[in-house]
Amino acid sequence: MLLASLLIASFVIFAAVYLAPGNAISALSGGRALPASSVRVLEARYHLNEPFLAQYWYWLTNALHGNLGISIILRENVSTLIASRIWTTAGLVLYASVLILLFGIGMGIVAGLRPGFLDTSTLVVTAISAAIPSFVAAIVLILLFSVKLGWFPALGNGTTFLSNVQHFTLPAVALAFSALAIVARVTRASIREESEREHVQTAVSRGIPARQLIRRHILRNAAIPITTIAGITIASLIAVAAVVETAFSLNGLGAYLVQAAESKDLAVVQGISLVLVTAFVVVNMLVDVLYALLDPRVSLGSRAQ
Amino acid sequence: MSAQVSTIVAAPSTRRSRSLSGLRGTGVAGMVSAAVIALATIAAIFGPLIAPYNPDLPNLSLAWVGPVGGHLLGFDFQGRDVLSRLLAGAQSSMLGPLAVVLLSMTAGAVLAVVSAWRRGAADAVISSGLDILFAFPGILLAVLATAIFGAGLTAASIALSIAYMPYVARVLRGAALRERSQPYVAALEVQGSSATTICLRHIIPNMLALIVAQATIMFGWAMVDLAAISFLGLGVQPPAPNWGVMISENQTGILQGYPLPALSAGVCIVAVVIAFNILGERLFVQAQAARR
Amino acid sequence: MSAPLLQVDGLTVRLDVRGAQQAVLRDVTLNVREGEALGLVGESGSGKSMTARAIDRILPRGAEVDGSIRFGGRDVRTLSGADLRRYRNQVAMIFQDPRAHVNPVRRIGDYMTEALRTNLGVSSAAASRRASDMLSQVGIDGGPQRLRQYPHELSGGMLQRVMIAAALLTEPRLLLADEPTTALDVTTQAEVMAILDGLRHEFGLAMLFITHDLELAAAICDRTAVMYAGQIVEVRESGRLHDDPLHPYTAALAAARPDITRTAGRLRAIPGRPLSAFEAPADECAFAPRCPHARDVCRTGLPPVTELDGGLSRCVRAQELRGNLGEPANA
Repeated sequence: MLLASLLIASFVIFAAVYLAPGNAISALSGGRALPASSVRVLEARYHLNEPFLAQYWYWLTNALHGNLGISIILRENVSTLIASRIWTTAGLVLYASVLILLFGIGMGIVAGLRPGFLDTSTLVVTAISAAIPSFVAAIVLILLFSVKLGWFPALGNGTTFLSNVQHFTLPAVALAFSALAIVARVTRASIREESEREHVQTAVSRGIPARQLIRRHILRNAAIPITTIAGITIASLIAVAAVVETAFSLNGLGAYLVQAAESKDLAVVQGISLVLVTAFVVVNMLVDVLYALLDPRVSLGSRAQ
Repeated sequence: MSAQVSTIVAAPSTRRSRSLSGLRGTGVAGMVSAAVIALATIAAIFGPLIAPYNPDLPNLSLAWVGPVGGHLLGFDFQGRDVLSRLLAGAQSSMLGPLAVVLLSMTAGAVLAVVSAWRRGAADAVISSGLDILFAFPGILLAVLATAIFGAGLTAASIALSIAYMPYVARVLRGAALRERSQPYVAALEVQGSSATTICLRHIIPNMLALIVAQATIMFGWAMVDLAAISFLGLGVQPPAPNWGVMISENQTGILQGYPLPALSAGVCIVAVVIAFNILGERLFVQAQAARR
Repeated sequence: MSAPLLQVDGLTVRLDVRGAQQAVLRDVTLNVREGEALGLVGESGSGKSMTARAIDRILPRGAEVDGSIRFGGRDVRTLSGADLRRYRNQVAMIFQDPRAHVNPVRRIGDYMTEALRTNLGVSSAAASRRASDMLSQVGIDGGPQRLRQYPHELSGGMLQRVMIAAALLTEPRLLLADEPTTALDVTTQAEVMAILDGLRHEFGLAMLFITHDLELAAAICDRTAVMYAGQIVEVRESGRLHDDPLHPYTAALAAARPDITRTAGRLRAIPGRPLSAFEAPADECAFAPRCPHARDVCRTGLPPVTELDGGLSRCVRAQELRGNLGEPANA
């Protein structure tokens, strides 16, 4: 199912060349005038004189071999351009994921197990943070922690690993901020629900001590929906990273995608889109696998139900 | 037996009137949210008219000046009155999400009802198709769309509608299936009503509470996503006023010690989105309670 | 006569019902002797499940409890920590819907041996062996392989037997069975009942058997208690319950069940619907509105429990109605 998604998505990405107004050449060149020799090169590379599906096939097989075409603007291989930026995005998403898992799930567990002040305050905090888009969070964070407090640098990548962590902290927080909210809420709700389940009552009636109850029956069972929502949320980070990278002037894939979209560098847009969608699908597949591992009642692939 | 059938057939209209009077039941938070939304809507409709100063005229000698006199929020990076720009920007900030909600809810509702009505093969095909699109990040699709069709609200809005539609369809499909299997539907079929009539005049109205709740929540999401697109420079283009654009335009101000223009635009977005989230959630809870 | 194993006196429980604390059990008094089976019969809302939960101390959060519960002479309500866990191993509870009550993501072996390994310090190997043996006692063979299976791989009847086996593993002295066969189909019901009854006798366990089926309770229990609206209305030797009931409600329950040996024109239903404790008025007989024998005296106050011929009854007119309870007053 997910592979079908990937295939269809790649088709749509490919077909972008033809969806654009004008003909394929103008789309590929971004509306710029090209000398005749360049036009011939483009025709040959993209097999423009062959049937549509054949072109798709060439494009796809090329992509699978790592050949994603050439940037009209920078005149370099798209793959090289992507490779130099992919670690920025990957690092950012990873950092944000760790924050979401630690704080989102952590807050959710605490709120779920202890009704009262902690619980209500978690609900309020998550209600607010869920509504704060990452770019708004970005400027607030820059204002507070860069300008006023000077704890973190405001823009750009770092050079060494440690300075990278420093530079990526605010962006990672901005990225994780609103995603945290939904993970915390679903975690809390799942824990609440599991605590009320009959099989927990059975364990209580058999004298199982509280700590074991929580670990082996409540958390273990709640892990199923929690993993699902955490996985989906992390997958969505891949797209939102573009916004955060732009806000913090990080040279990641997302920011580059936006620039390429503005300058109509279609080959780059297609290449990056393909990479991001693939990453998205891969993360979703991992979630499916985890889900099947955690819940013995389901077989692989039935998460969509 | 006939008495039973007529009571069953009569049931839907009472449910309908209950769901429409729902706003009062959403509590204080719900009412406050509704008020905020009303304010934003007024600004969206009358913004340019009630703005105290010209939102579009640059005056570089006034750039970044703080609140003074009648300029409650000061000036932006081009010396324009921030408050006026916010009021004028409400229009594009609210219009885009409205279009997204209308498009995705309509398409999603149609697919959900068709899928639920026909069941069997049609349902399986539609559901699988939607599953393939499902949870595909809207922003990515919107960026792709603007790369192809050019920057602007239209391309981005249509792309977001396509990305949201599977989610809407899935939520509504469940409700549509439940309605479909109610006894009054069978009674209507027996009486000879056509499928379209039943769907349009009975099934959809009975799902209205859920549809409204879903639309409200979705407005919040669409607003966030579209503001992000405008922030990226792929949506509304400067110098047109728009809350997302204002944040990106005035971002340098944050670093230079003039945070007010960018922050106030951010606060506007957050306030309206929170309002839609809260109201939407309350309506959702109500819709589910009314169903019982 | 030795002291009963379980002694419940004046148990009153209030729960949060629709926003207010309302009574679900009122002045419940019963006892179960060592090795004896007491049936607890009532319709839904009568409070029979709540009684069992109160005894095992698994009431919902916020429940208010009055009265005393003593097990083996000790006050159950003041137990906590390790003592409470030990108590819960001595009193084992079996629930109605096995599929909801067994953790679906853990294996059967884990479920069965959890209490043994945690509270009684038995090693996993020894616990698994005991679990396998117990499985064969409840009629499930293929011990060690079964232990590795998951609950969704077993049928409802088998899962219920697993629950029974798990309950017996901690060698309890009292079994609380809350409608253990209601969720099963009729054939499986008979099998599971046979196993339960057989094992109870074999291990000499006391049992509180909760059901809505008067005949079933009378069949396997030595004494039967009948509950209505959160109160005990009759306690009687099971053999005499059908022919010589001491309360109109019991008689009505018995009469309402279709008799396979006679042709009847119409099923005898009890008019009205069963009440929960908080719906019944506090100062008259709760059954009076539906009782064919009700008189003014029934509405003057909450009927006290009277001893009659070795049994107990909450009917004010029990003595005078004896022998005539089957017939409605104005037939």
